[in-house]
Order: sequence, then C-alpha cells, then structure tokens
Amino acid sequence: MNATGAPASATEDPAAFTSDEMMTACAARALRDGMTCFVGIGLPSAAANLARATHAPGLVLIYESGTIGAKPDRLPLSIGDGILAETAGAVVSVPEIFNYWLQPGRIGVGFLGAAQIDKFGNINTTVVGADYAHPAVRLPGAGGAPEIAASCRQVIVVVRQNRRSFVDRVDFVTSVGFGDGAGARERLGLAGAGPRKVITDLGILEPDPVTCELTLTGLYPGVTVADAAAKTGWDLAVSDSLEVLEPPSAAELTALRELHARDNEADNAS
Amino acid sequence: MAEIVSLAAAVARAVHDGDSVAMEGFTHLIPFAAGREVIRQRRRDLTLIRMTPDVLYDQLIGAGCASRLLFSWGCNPGVGSLHRFRDAVENAWPGPLQLEEHSHAGMANRYVAGASGVPFAILRGYSGTGLEDLPALDGQPAIRSVTCPFTGERLTAVAALNPDVAIIHAQRADRAGNVQLWGITGVQKEAVLSAQRASATVEEIVDDLRPEPGAIVLPSWVVDYVAAAPGGSHPSYALGYSARDNGYYQAWDAISRDRERFRRWLDEEVHGESGSLAGTGAGEGGCGA
Repeated sequence: MNATGAPASATEDPAAFTSDEMMTACAARALRDGMTCFVGIGLPSAAANLARATHAPGLVLIYESGTIGAKPDRLPLSIGDGILAETAGAVVSVPEIFNYWLQPGRIGVGFLGAAQIDKFGNINTTVVGADYAHPAVRLPGAGGAPEIAASCRQVIVVVRQNRRSFVDRVDFVTSVGFGDGAGARERLGLAGAGPRKVITDLGILEPDPVTCELTLTGLYPGVTVADAAAKTGWDLAVSDSLEVLEPPSAAELTALRELHARDNEADNAS
Repeated sequence: MAEIVSLAAAVARAVHDGDSVAMEGFTHLIPFAAGREVIRQRRRDLTLIRMTPDVLYDQLIGAGCASRLLFSWGCNPGVGSLHRFRDAVENAWPGPLQLEEHSHAGMANRYVAGASGVPFAILRGYSGTGLEDLPALDGQPAIRSVTCPFTGERLTAVAALNPDVAIIHAQRADRAGNVQLWGITGVQKEAVLSAQRASATVEEIVDDLRPEPGAIVLPSWVVDYVAAAPGGSHPSYALGYSARDNGYYQAWDAISRDRERFRRWLDEEVHGESGSLAGTGAGEGGCGA
C-alpha cells in the first residue's frame, strides 16, 4: 500500500518505464494547476509532486498531518515528513485539518488507495474476510479515507488491478464510492461527487454517468480489454470511446525520477 | 504544576495496570522512549489509544501490555503491516486484543470533545461505511446520529474521549514544567487536555522557552510530569533536533515479523543491559537487533 516501486534506474532505453511510472503519470495528469489536493503517501504523493514539478506548479498539496500548501522538492517519506512542515504555507492541527479544511468541502481532489474496490467504487482498507471479528487479513483501517471520500469535491483512486483487489463486493466498506449505485451518495448526504477516476496498472476506469458503475475508459499501450476483464472480479463494462493512454513523456519520466533520486539522497543522508 | 522527574518515575506514577493510555504524536514527536519505559515496567491490561498505532504500539502490543486498542489507522508508515498488531488481531498472540476503530476525523473529534468537557462531538462522517455498525469497547454503538436542533439535519455523533493518562513527546520544557512543541503538532494538545493525567518527555529542559513559529505551549498546570528524554521520539523525529530514522522503520518489519526475533528484541533492547540506552541513538539507522 505504500510502495511506490523502484524507479527504472539508468536503463538502456530511456523511453522504457515501469507500470508504477505509468500509473503515477496518469494520476498526475488528472490534476490541474491551481487545484487543492488532499494527498496520501506513496503513489498519490508521487503523482501530486510530479504534477507540481511539470504542468501544475500552483497545485496546493494538503497532507492529513496538517500541512497546507507543502512544497517539497523530494518525495516526503511519511505524511508527517519534516520537509512538509518546513515548506508548508500553513501548519494546522489534526482536528483542524479534518474539521475546518476537509469537512466543509474546501478541498478539490482527494487521492485514495484501496485493498479492495467494487464496481461502485466502494473501498475496503479494514479487513479481508467476511467476519470482522476473525479477519483473514487485518488491514490498516480507515485513517482519513472515509471523510476524504465523503467530502473532497472529487476522488481519484489509485489501485493495482487484480482478482483480489477488484471484487464484486468489498468485505468491508471503509470509504463510500457510490454505495449501491446511482442516488446513494445523495441519500447518504455525502457532499462530494465521489470517485471520478480509478487509475490502475492496466488503465483507467470512470463511473458511468447514469449508473455510476465503474467503466473501463482507457488502457495503457499494449494492454487489451481481455487483460483488464480477466483481472476484474465482476463483468467489466467497457466504454464505447475507449482510448489508448499516452505513455509517460520524457519530461514526466525525468521529473519523476529526479523526485525519487532526491528522495534516496535524503534517505541516505538521514 | 508539573513535576520534573525521571522518565522511569513519570511512567511509574502516571501509568497503572488497567489504565486507558493515549500516546499521541502524529508521525512527528512520537513518544517512543516513554512507550519502551511502559514495556520495561511491565504494565498490563492497558487500553491503548492512538490515532496511528504505528511501530510504537506494535512494540507495546507484542510485549503484552495491551488488552484493548482504540485507533484509526494501524500501519508501519512507509513500510507496510504492523506484524505484532496483526498477530494479536488474527491469532490472539500474545493475547487477545479487543478493537474499537474509527476514522481519523472521528478520533480527532473524540479528543476535541474530551478536551472541551462536552460529552460528544458532531461531524459529517461515517455515513454508509461499515464503521457505523462496529461496537465501542464497552459493546455499545460507537457511532450514533444526532439531529441538529437548529436545522433538523442528521449528523454523526462520537463520544468524548477522556483517557486516564496522555503521554506526549515535545521539543522543550522550562524548569517550571511548561511544555513547548512545534512543527506538526497533531492531536497532542487535545490528548493532554482530555486526559485525567498527562506526562511529557522533552528533548531538553531550558531556563526560558524561546518563541518558535507556530508553537503550542502547554502550561505547567495542565501537565503532571515532565521528563527529559533526549532522542525520545526516535525513530520518529523532533523538528529542530533530529531526523526521522527510516532505516529503523524498515528494520522493524523483519524484527516484528517473527515472534522469536521480536522476543529477542524485547529481551535485549528493552529489558536487557542495553535497554537503558535504546531509543537515544537517533539516526543510527537500525533497531539494534
């Protein structure tokens, strides 16, 4: 859940890239300059910082540790990394970040990961197994995710796609996507629009505008619909306007690898 | 007025078997030295409270100090699973661990209500999640709804949290026991003000507290014990004093994965001769095992 994956080191082919780099570039492209973004550690943080280093220098990064407008020049090692506090426009307490900043809908985009996700974008990060009291796997739990999912104006989910993660029914609803389908968010009083993109290591899914069911709208170069369907635990809907997504550009790869490289330097220096 | 005492005395006097204990510090200023002292003094049957029970509570849970855990996110940050926490939940080792879990927003608001002296807090949260249906540690519903008396809107209510004791780590205290912390200050102020007793370890005790941007000062009269514990937040960090020791978090994965290796770590690094030094070597990049 935290691995950003090893960046392709000095490869022979500079255009070669890893699936993590492809996911990170796709997630970065979903962010526009001037947006406010609630960021978690790992791939979301890499994506947000890549966007800030390339096409969105005015992106406002907000971490749940209470750092608002953080401007790290390397990838933070935890959501409370000193570089976030040192570069932030404001540092506020944890109750304040949730109550004053997230809850009223002030934050544009929230990034979430998932251990399991279902076709309505509901997310499980609590337990694997049907019996909460005797779980097959105890996962970390909710953290900030339920309220990020409820209150950010939109949500981007980043998750690897396979039969264990893309399930027909999540074992536990930690964070609500579209509940049981169209109209559920309104019934539950969730102010934000919910998941707008689910970015995987195969492509991108977006909710159907009518049914809210996650629909495959983009594939990475070389990935087929059959590949994606085989790694989905429900009957995968495919968009009529399915597109092949652009691979990471040289500029994106360079910027991302520089962020990781500075990260390694900081790690070795500490 | 806070008494300035040794760390051992602070823990002996503040933490008793069966207490509910909140050790806070959100990724920064995590009171690791105090946690190890609780293990060393072999406290039992604690209700551990913490938003992010990371490596600190993995150590306490594995050592058998806790029978209950109230939390919102349990992970070794940047590394992966907390193996002692998972072993307790999945296999009841070294004993069963009863859980109550919330979202961060819910936990933060529970502390705010506790610090404010009101019985509950309201928030927009939990709607439609499985968390709504989980019981509190007392078996009663942990999440309830409340109707706004002004608008009629339905909102979520969470109960005030009032731990027996709160433990934090801060950068500085003065000789009167006023405690100063800055940088990412998390939920420590709320934890201290919500608790019956409070204990702070600090990097240093100084004659005068120099103002720092964004600093919180907890006045001496809301803190019971202050103990100097330089490096006491290692392997997390204290802004202005130390850097996060990422190597320790990574090394903890291997130590905690295996029960025998964990037991050796306890014997050698907490209860053993080197125990008195453990946790003061900030930046060494290892768990010493």
